[in-house]
Amino acid sequence: MTDLLALDDVHVYYGPFHALRGNTLTVGEGEIVSLLGGNASGKSTTMKTILGLIKVKSGSVRFAGEDVTNASTRHRVKAGIASVPEARRVFPQMTVDENLLAGAYTRKDRVGIAEDLERMREHFPRLGERRRQEAGTLSGGEQQMLAFARALMSRPKLICMDEPTMGLAPKLVDQVLDEIVRINKDLGVAVLFVEQQAELALSIASRGYVLATGEIVLNGTSRELLDNPQIQEAYLGKATQA
Amino acid sequence: MSDVLLQVENLERHFDGLKAVDGISFTVAPGEVVSIIGPNGSGKTTTLNLVTGTIRAHGGSITLDGVRIDRADSARIAVHGIARTFQNGRVFATLSVADNIEVGLHSTLRAHRPFSRLSNLFLLRWIPLIGELFIAIVGTPASRRERKQIDAAVETEIHRFETRLGPRRDDPAYSLSYANRRRTEIARALALKPRLLVLDEPTAGMNQSETVEVLEQLLELKAEGQAILLVEHKLDLVMTVSDRIIVMDGGRIIAEGRPEDVRRDPAVIEAYLGRRRGLGGGDHA
Amino acid sequence: MLNTLIDGLLRGNVYALGAVGISLVFGVMNVVNFAQFSFFGLGAMLAWFFVAQEGLPFWLALPLVLAICAALGLVINISVVRPLAKFLPLAAMLSTYAVSQILDNVSQIAFGAQFRVFPKVMPTSNLHIGNMRFGTSDVVMLAITAVVMVVMSLFLKFGKIGRAIRATAQDQEAALQMGIPVGQVQHVSFVIASTLGGLAGVFIALYVGVANPTSGLDIGLTAFVAATLGGLGSLVGGVIGGFVLGILEAFGIYFFGDTSREIIIFVILIVVLILRPGGLLGKVPLISTEPLTGTFLGKGRPLRIPRWVWPAAFVVGGIVIPLVANDYVLTTGTQVLIYAVIAAGFTVTAGQSGVLALGQAGPIAIGAYTSALVTMNLHFSFWAALPVAGLSAAIIASVLASPIWGVKGHYISIATLGLGIAIVAIIQLVEPQGIYNIPVPQWFGAVLSTPVAYYLIDFGVLVVTLLVMWRIRRSHLGKVISSVGSDEVAALASGVRGRNYKALAFAISAFFAGVGGSLLAHQYTYIDPTIFTMLMSLLVVTIVIMGGVSLPYGAVVGSIILIGAMELLRFTPELRIIVYGLVLILVVRFRPGGILVRNS
Repeated sequence: MTDLLALDDVHVYYGPFHALRGNTLTVGEGEIVSLLGGNASGKSTTMKTILGLIKVKSGSVRFAGEDVTNASTRHRVKAGIASVPEARRVFPQMTVDENLLAGAYTRKDRVGIAEDLERMREHFPRLGERRRQEAGTLSGGEQQMLAFARALMSRPKLICMDEPTMGLAPKLVDQVLDEIVRINKDLGVAVLFVEQQAELALSIASRGYVLATGEIVLNGTSRELLDNPQIQEAYLGKATQA
Repeated sequence: MSDVLLQVENLERHFDGLKAVDGISFTVAPGEVVSIIGPNGSGKTTTLNLVTGTIRAHGGSITLDGVRIDRADSARIAVHGIARTFQNGRVFATLSVADNIEVGLHSTLRAHRPFSRLSNLFLLRWIPLIGELFIAIVGTPASRRERKQIDAAVETEIHRFETRLGPRRDDPAYSLSYANRRRTEIARALALKPRLLVLDEPTAGMNQSETVEVLEQLLELKAEGQAILLVEHKLDLVMTVSDRIIVMDGGRIIAEGRPEDVRRDPAVIEAYLGRRRGLGGGDHA
Repeated sequence: MLNTLIDGLLRGNVYALGAVGISLVFGVMNVVNFAQFSFFGLGAMLAWFFVAQEGLPFWLALPLVLAICAALGLVINISVVRPLAKFLPLAAMLSTYAVSQILDNVSQIAFGAQFRVFPKVMPTSNLHIGNMRFGTSDVVMLAITAVVMVVMSLFLKFGKIGRAIRATAQDQEAALQMGIPVGQVQHVSFVIASTLGGLAGVFIALYVGVANPTSGLDIGLTAFVAATLGGLGSLVGGVIGGFVLGILEAFGIYFFGDTSREIIIFVILIVVLILRPGGLLGKVPLISTEPLTGTFLGKGRPLRIPRWVWPAAFVVGGIVIPLVANDYVLTTGTQVLIYAVIAAGFTVTAGQSGVLALGQAGPIAIGAYTSALVTMNLHFSFWAALPVAGLSAAIIASVLASPIWGVKGHYISIATLGLGIAIVAIIQLVEPQGIYNIPVPQWFGAVLSTPVAYYLIDFGVLVVTLLVMWRIRRSHLGKVISSVGSDEVAALASGVRGRNYKALAFAISAFFAGVGGSLLAHQYTYIDPTIFTMLMSLLVVTIVIMGGVSLPYGAVVGSIILIGAMELLRFTPELRIIVYGLVLILVVRFRPGGILVRNS
């Protein structure tokens, strides 16, 4: 499998704070990979680094064979990296359709955009029904779907999702995870997503990386990670086996 | 003296229709350490913000030692005896470590704050303000005595984190490392001699050894009889330090009890780890 | 009555154009753009220049004016606003204030300061419906605004860049993640805003019939109030706010007279900020989330000053200079000392409590008038009048400012600016003529009117001021005030009522401003409202920022440089303001802590 995205020995600083400490990470084409870890472990920073929202101090980021370490976010979106931001962040006072068009901002093919708009309405019927409604008035689950669809509008090869299940009721969490799998299978888009709930995340991902204080401390296939007692420790404390 | 320090009943708060805190009730006893855990977005920080008056509740009541505080602003709640720290650590960037702590002492001072009971009253608030100004410029014998007490109290709090904050007592807070800012913040909160100490993720962004250090400090405080309400993600720490744990999900309390019970509660395991589903993904297909 | 309504619509028309521009820029950059204000004056003057001087037809001049404004807007955004807005919105605001002063004065140098009669390009009262009289000119203006607003809303609704502007305004971070070029969006917004400002300026000239380079700030401030009324960041709100304010103002003037205009605007601003801080259509965030917020100006460590400097400075300033200097230097010295008193007192507000008040001319004026009136009418001696002036400035300014302390961020600076203007407007209303023959100080019968005497009095007052400020800074109170400026949310959680301490800091500063005003009054022996200008307020802000915003002695250094040096170099008033503006921008950009503070 060729690597679609490859981070190699990436270091990131916020002022004097060493936020990422030499991380190496890959996502293959059409793969689902999850990023796990506690709060402030560097998950969101990793996502921002991939999207070009934060400058890399040293190391490299390659995407689809191209070195994008110093490329702008706009360039990366054009190259095929899309984002589902943390807490969804749809544009609240724009309609569903306008949100989708904002996702296609970097594209110039009017016909293709119109087709994709239609495709999204089919794929997410709820969004089709509410196309003229302001996004801020949608429910949390619907907003999440809109954030997915908005990301897909740039025809990405990879979607980066920062905690797509955050703040959603348990029933909706299942739906969102199913949706990630469906996007991946039906549209062939690779997915890198941040998730707090390790078992849930690994149930749909093929591989995972576990971060702690800015470092990748564990990585492997989902099965390996699930069988690794350290995972449970990382989440429920050392005495869990008792 | 009652055996309930903090009593929260049917507390509610929504944001744009989304119920962030949805009718929760719990108590904290004097000297007790209670932790709130739960996934991101489950309403933990909102609960702390409500208890400390940083935001207002839309329903329910909060009582501290028999006094309703849900209508009070956060300054008054601080005077009542609740001190807090913030999720990302909010220190006074331009003040030194020692001065940060001194500000924490503010509500405990007497001689420096004449007529402080008027400070919340329209127009009359100028009486204490002018009093404070007079003491700043001229001073009184009582304020000079209290000055010594302030300095002693600041030293006590710095001493708590002696190896870390001692050498930096006169450095401005913006120049501190993240962990030291968190320590300064905790010291500032403790300076208030709070009846209830509210900590919002005190170890976020700290590494393993720093976390252990904070844990030891929390255990010390607990031994001193300090009541603590804690939100924290590092469950190791939570399990060790807490007398009782409250688990929140979706704005509600889904479990509550002693650490060893909570740890085995299937609802908790599910909220944190998620239900184990059939393995998906390419490698396992 | 109906004529007043038409009048209100025409005023509202101008305000709406301005407010939309202000809201647009605020939405995408989170910066209150004072430079926008200057485009009103500039648009009017450029139109006057092309039509009256160059003899161009109006319809050719109009697009030319708009093009110049657009280009200038782009230059300002690229060179000043955007570099600062990226990390410090408050610094950017201060810089746009400086830019606005520079623009106004460049325009004054280029076009002359006097009011110019704008040629009548269209009939102004040829039409009527019933008793209502109006002109083609009015109809054309309203029609152009209507067309502009329709085009704008179509552009924002359906245009690709228009949608990008809305997306950026609603969630900049998310917009960035969609690949929207936020920088370009900000440029486009700035250019649109500047063009709208220019258009509004042309309309002002058409409507009032005269043009003046410095009319921009006044109208700009009104447009800002309109934007606040509608909800900053909301474009529909800007239009509504503009027309509502225009009509309210027209009726206010109808009932209370033209001199009450500024007061009416200020009252409306305060009422909006208290009742609905987010405006009619806007929202205010619940808690600011950034950690380590607060005054950007306070970071960095003051340079260490050796102990011997203080007695040396005392000897040089208090003994050597009075002995050796000639009258010219001493007279300049009194100016330096008076501004040092005012600025040193201001550090507790601007530096410690973090309130960048932009209207210190107000309390200075109160002090000057109080002192003049009590010495002349109640026969107080100068020595008694001096503290009375300070107290009355502190009390009156505090009473007027009392509603604004709950207000957040940019709004508080705007409110204090409005406060300064309103105070001078009130004085103008009560005492329009100015006061002559203010008595000079006396000491046991001896008249102290020589430059040396003035110098020594001012020097003594400055020494006392510095001692008091030093005491306050070192006290518990000083630390508490600083904590409020540093992080108000955290201060509240420590039991510190931020509002109270901001009010107290402001009162202390107003006291010393009043004392300074009193010193000025008795040395000029003549005062009138035109002395207490925006320039005076800008000067005080520039002095403290230059010296280090929370350092009282920094104010002395700032005053020596900005007043002493300018005077000795004999700069013209216009040139001085341009230099103040440039200094302000450069200091904020490269040495945000002031020249006595090392960057960190």
